[in-house]
Amino acid sequence: MNKIRVSSAINYIFLSVVAAFFIAPVIWLFVTPFSNSPSLSISLGTPTLENFGSVFQDPAAIYSFGNSVIIAVGVTLATVICASLAAYIFSRYHFHGSNFLIFILILFSNIVSGTAAMVPLYMLNISLGLINSYLGVILTIAGGGIPTSIFILKSFFDSIPKSYEEAALVDGSSYSQMLFHIFLPLSKKGIIVIATLSFISAWGNFLIPFILLSSQRTYPASVTIYNFYTEMGLPNIGLISAYALLYTLPVIIGYLVVNKIFGFSFYGGIKG
Amino acid sequence: MKNGFFNSKSGIIIVFLIPAFILIGVFLIFPAFWEFYLSMTNESLMGISAVHPQFVGISNFIDVLTDPSFYNSLVVTFIFVLESAIIGQAGLGMLLSLLTYRKKIFRTLVQVVAVLAWIIPDSVVAYLWIAFLDKNAGTFNNLLALLGLARTNWFYRYPLTTIVIFNIWRGTAFSMLMFSAAFDMIPPSYLEVADVMGVSWWRKFKDIIFPNLKRVFFSDLILITLWTFNVFTPYLLTQGGPGTATEILPIYIYLNAFQNFKIGYGAAISVIVLLINLVLASVYFTLSKEKEGISL
Repeated sequence: MNKIRVSSAINYIFLSVVAAFFIAPVIWLFVTPFSNSPSLSISLGTPTLENFGSVFQDPAAIYSFGNSVIIAVGVTLATVICASLAAYIFSRYHFHGSNFLIFILILFSNIVSGTAAMVPLYMLNISLGLINSYLGVILTIAGGGIPTSIFILKSFFDSIPKSYEEAALVDGSSYSQMLFHIFLPLSKKGIIVIATLSFISAWGNFLIPFILLSSQRTYPASVTIYNFYTEMGLPNIGLISAYALLYTLPVIIGYLVVNKIFGFSFYGGIKG
Repeated sequence: MKNGFFNSKSGIIIVFLIPAFILIGVFLIFPAFWEFYLSMTNESLMGISAVHPQFVGISNFIDVLTDPSFYNSLVVTFIFVLESAIIGQAGLGMLLSLLTYRKKIFRTLVQVVAVLAWIIPDSVVAYLWIAFLDKNAGTFNNLLALLGLARTNWFYRYPLTTIVIFNIWRGTAFSMLMFSAAFDMIPPSYLEVADVMGVSWWRKFKDIIFPNLKRVFFSDLILITLWTFNVFTPYLLTQGGPGTATEILPIYIYLNAFQNFKIGYGAAISVIVLLINLVLASVYFTLSKEKEGISL
């Protein structure tokens, strides 16, 4: 009995140490933005909102945020439209090898991930005249994420009974009426999940805007934060920390939304 | 109108598939094949070959394969993947799901903090770690100083180990979530019977847990290997340095193609990376063919 108690005490101590290891670097992110003497160590001092004030006075910080919104919304729209149309077909019309095709495309998107394809993606955007444009960044990120989105949406759509659509068509609805008034409301949850996940992945993407964009004015927050700490160095810790927190919040909220709909264990394929 | 193109079955199928397939075709499949072509040109972002790139056959590959810095990068990448993904993320993920088995509160607690480390955007986690490990003011060195130990410039003294630890911190959540879900699929009665029989924990692991977890285990290993092999985030921490100490292949590609402007040479390295990815993915594919569903 004693032996069990000792081993379970060791167990809990170990788990606490690991939990501390995961949380320790993150505490800074939630404390420093509110500190009146922001530094690289964790100290709150007198709580203040001054650092957020300095974010709103920094033009680069403001327009980068706007650029992130443009890129993330663009990727979300492109992904939701393309993936839900394709997933609908894959779910409703069973043709030979469609599962296999989706699987191969997902594998492909993992093999040709950002880093292994950064050179041809850069050259491609030059050839298409999309270099240094939001559109180039949007289409490049969307293209990489669509296969996984199709896969997740298809499994959502598969769970919606076909009979609603058939009844609507028998009753004389046109195909588009059936899609917009019957199918779309039923598949809302799945589409929200895909929209959230593609928004988050575009919002956080560093590499693609980093290589495709060359003027500061077009940089999203991910690249601007990197430039903040590599170029400005130490003096602006208050600004950087507040900005980093504002930039991180949409991601945390997004994951809470996804978690509420179907738990954390599912979306491994899209986060990466 | 009912019989128009848009209302015919094949018409709908084609119209609905076209947008996705154009994007996938242009921005995913085409670049992969174009990369092979680029790797056989002297394409550059500077000088004469920027205007008139020429076909140079396999000379880029010969250059890459005779360049000591490529082998340095290969070795660094191998250590990085082995230590941070295979040993670190999978090992710690497995350990954490074992230790929190049927301890709901602790499992949730550890999962929440691990997932937080997993989802915060790249440029923010990079800065968090630079702050955390800062020699003079960083939390970690403050703790060491408190214990009477010497402050250390970790990125400078132990660069590779530091990004290995960073990547374990960053990615363990995925393995832990995968293993925890798989543990919960094992019928509790198996382990209860084993407990009643007084079976040792090693036998329980070897005879009950591992056989039930085998496929999840290999899927996880292949996926995290693939992801870690292609991860760019360490660039934000070290830019590959000091020297070439943390120059993993993705950073090596970036530096050659975009800082030295050698597109053809960069493409040749990328082709090698792509082929290694392909091998890893085929292993995964072969394994997942054996099971009914596809878990990605």
